[in-house]
Amino acid sequence: MTKGILIYAEVTRDNYIHTVFFELANKAQELAAKLGETEVNALLISKKGLAEDYREAFINSGISKIYVCEDERFETYYTESFAKAAVDVINEIKPEILLIGATNQGRDIAPRISTALHTGLTADCTGLDINEKGQLAATRPTFGGQLMATILCKNMPQMATVRPKVFKPAENDNIKPADIIYKTVNFDGIEKKVQLLEFHKKLMTEINELDSAEIIVAGGRGMKNTEGFKLLKEFADKIGAAVGASRVAVEMGLATHEMQVGQTGKTVTPKLYIACGISGAIQHTIGMDKSEKIIAINKDAKAPIFEIADYGLVGDVFEILPQLIKQF
Amino acid sequence: MKIVLCIKQVPDTSDIKWTENNTIQREGLESIMNPYDVYAMEAALKLKNITEATEITALTMGPLQAVEMLKKAIAAGVDKGILLSDKKFAAADTYATGKTIGTAIRQKLSDFDLIICGQFAIDGDTAQTGPSIANTLNIPQVTYVQEIISCKNGELEVRRELDDGTEIVKVKLPALICVLKDYFEPTRAKINGIIKAQNSEITTYGLEDLELSAEEVGLRGSPTYVSRAFRPEPKNTECVFVNSAEELAEKINICKGGGND
Repeated sequence: MTKGILIYAEVTRDNYIHTVFFELANKAQELAAKLGETEVNALLISKKGLAEDYREAFINSGISKIYVCEDERFETYYTESFAKAAVDVINEIKPEILLIGATNQGRDIAPRISTALHTGLTADCTGLDINEKGQLAATRPTFGGQLMATILCKNMPQMATVRPKVFKPAENDNIKPADIIYKTVNFDGIEKKVQLLEFHKKLMTEINELDSAEIIVAGGRGMKNTEGFKLLKEFADKIGAAVGASRVAVEMGLATHEMQVGQTGKTVTPKLYIACGISGAIQHTIGMDKSEKIIAINKDAKAPIFEIADYGLVGDVFEILPQLIKQF
Repeated sequence: MKIVLCIKQVPDTSDIKWTENNTIQREGLESIMNPYDVYAMEAALKLKNITEATEITALTMGPLQAVEMLKKAIAAGVDKGILLSDKKFAAADTYATGKTIGTAIRQKLSDFDLIICGQFAIDGDTAQTGPSIANTLNIPQVTYVQEIISCKNGELEVRRELDDGTEIVKVKLPALICVLKDYFEPTRAKINGIIKAQNSEITTYGLEDLELSAEEVGLRGSPTYVSRAFRPEPKNTECVFVNSAEELAEKINICKGGGND
């Protein structure tokens, strides 16, 4: 019997498929090849009439079947109704593995689905593999990112969430339209208890500042105070960079959550990443170590950030940054 | 209004030391209240200020030493503390934790209106336990809550901060919310709170107090298990150290494509 890997295809507010889907689809092909006799399928929960369009979007992703739950009530994402639809489909088709992007929606729905299915869920994986027993081996940083753990699951489906940009998207030339399989949705027992009253979309510049920046200047614990972040911003403006922050800096109140780079923040891949007063805990580096070039300034020559940096300068950021600003 | 505040004691992960065998040195590692749970506590206390007759019960699962954290919560203004502690609860994953806490709330605090959790715990970073509790209790959840706007007529209005924008959401109680930081700035313990904490009774429940079997909790009740834990390997990049800001500026120019090398 053919086994299955199911991928949750998140529909964005603009009715696009979230890019993390294509990254997961690509990784799933690799896992399917290791498992043998395994199909990679998609689960799509959306308003009516879009499935054909989405099939077009999926054409290079190696998806065999798209399980579609369509209803006008799915125009807006609500945890309980979406989770119910997903659980019903999963109970019927019984995939071995279920992958979900670790987006806001993915992180909201995944634990609801896993709890309802009485199965395990590994959050924010940075590595997925199939072990010698054919199990999903999901690797993730834990303990503040200072320890890596490979986690297995006893029950089915084995579930994992993966953050956007951890894997590369599919570059499959094999154009093969997927089969669309419509599933009826049973809304029994689903009372609408949550209502979206307003949505204020972020401006493109706000959303994409870190995502699209070619240069990022980021500050951590070593930036100490708001004066430190002002200095950082001044330097960033001089060289046309966006400003990022480590989790510690956000927790110290020096930067907002949107500026946070790392496991619980954004994953960024700029041409140049300049880490100022950041020690380089995996929590942080996991979100920036794929940057083309990394420069680190830190007063501790043994800070782990230097292990991933291309260029480093050991010293006090409060002395070095003003000097640097003068150079540009 | 009855609020259940779910909090967790976590190791202070910003100060981890390694043993020679590449394991985490746990001795002397300080335990703190998970920072996001501090925000959750502040959200609960804010509600207590604006909503009449609010009672906040802080609930945690962990070793007996977690009593200290519950006492700190009471000192800050929380009314009662409940500790779920049993050797059999140990090493639970998020599924088993959600089930244990959810069952305890259903049995011992069944008249709750609102459950408040932190969005993440800094040791596990999963953000899964809150939704898992909500699913166990079959109640709605609202995650990524940045601000509580109002609470009236059995409904809570909140602001959610998401990657693509801000949502204003209304949820019927009983419900569970997971809160982020920023808006909820922590308050300090008050003197009368500290006195209250010293005299407070923390109720402790073990496995025999809950309608759960040993197979449903802790490591045995966890679908997931760790097969391997290891120290992350650093990337083998050879860092070229420079000695001055001038030299570093040159390197920055090269990296950003503005240099002549």
